[in-house]
Amino acid sequence: MDAQQALADLTEISSQIQAAVVFDDKGKVAGSTHSDGEEFARVAGDLLAAAEELKTGASALTQLEIATGDGSVFVVRDGKSTIAATTAPQPTSGLVFYDLKSALRSVKPKPRPRRAPAAQKPAAKKAPPKKKPAAPRARKKPDAP
Amino acid sequence: MRRSAAAVFGVLGGLFIGAAFIRRRTAHVERADLYFEDGSMLSLTNGSPGAERLLPLARQVISRARPS
Repeated sequence: MDAQQALADLTEISSQIQAAVVFDDKGKVAGSTHSDGEEFARVAGDLLAAAEELKTGASALTQLEIATGDGSVFVVRDGKSTIAATTAPQPTSGLVFYDLKSALRSVKPKPRPRRAPAAQKPAAKKAPPKKKPAAPRARKKPDAP
Repeated sequence: MRRSAAAVFGVLGGLFIGAAFIRRRTAHVERADLYFEDGSMLSLTNGSPGAERLLPLARQVISRARPS
């Protein structure tokens, strides 16, 4: 699905989300509900980079929520794609995360269709199994006891 | 009889006021919750060094996201 369409669906479904932007790891904006999507993506990227610096282990940061008095910021990352959104204060966090993940999943490009397999040689016809010559039956002599 | 009723009302009123106070305080706590791939989570409340760094950036994101 187109990122812009996915964001339109997202803001229609979730009344809590005020603005959202989808961008890649290089900061390229795929879609935004805001007129200045580039700037929105840039500050969201800065926030994500600052949060990355706080990690203690080797595991990658996948999502974050920052609650302030003015509202909350949510960022969800999946591979190279990232979605950032803002909400009013005290949102239902679980629901917002669920909606953002669904939107990000729908934005993901479809995998390329596989190449048509090369024309395969017709399988060699199986030769019908040869009949084994019947084992010579031991004939009983009619006069045998 | 009156005394015991007054005591019950007093206790209930105290509980209600206490709950409202706690709810009001916790609702206004600014915090940053970071979730990692391995399932771990780091919660930073206002005043911690990490939150001090992230909260201004989050405010910046919110102000940028507002319709101009």
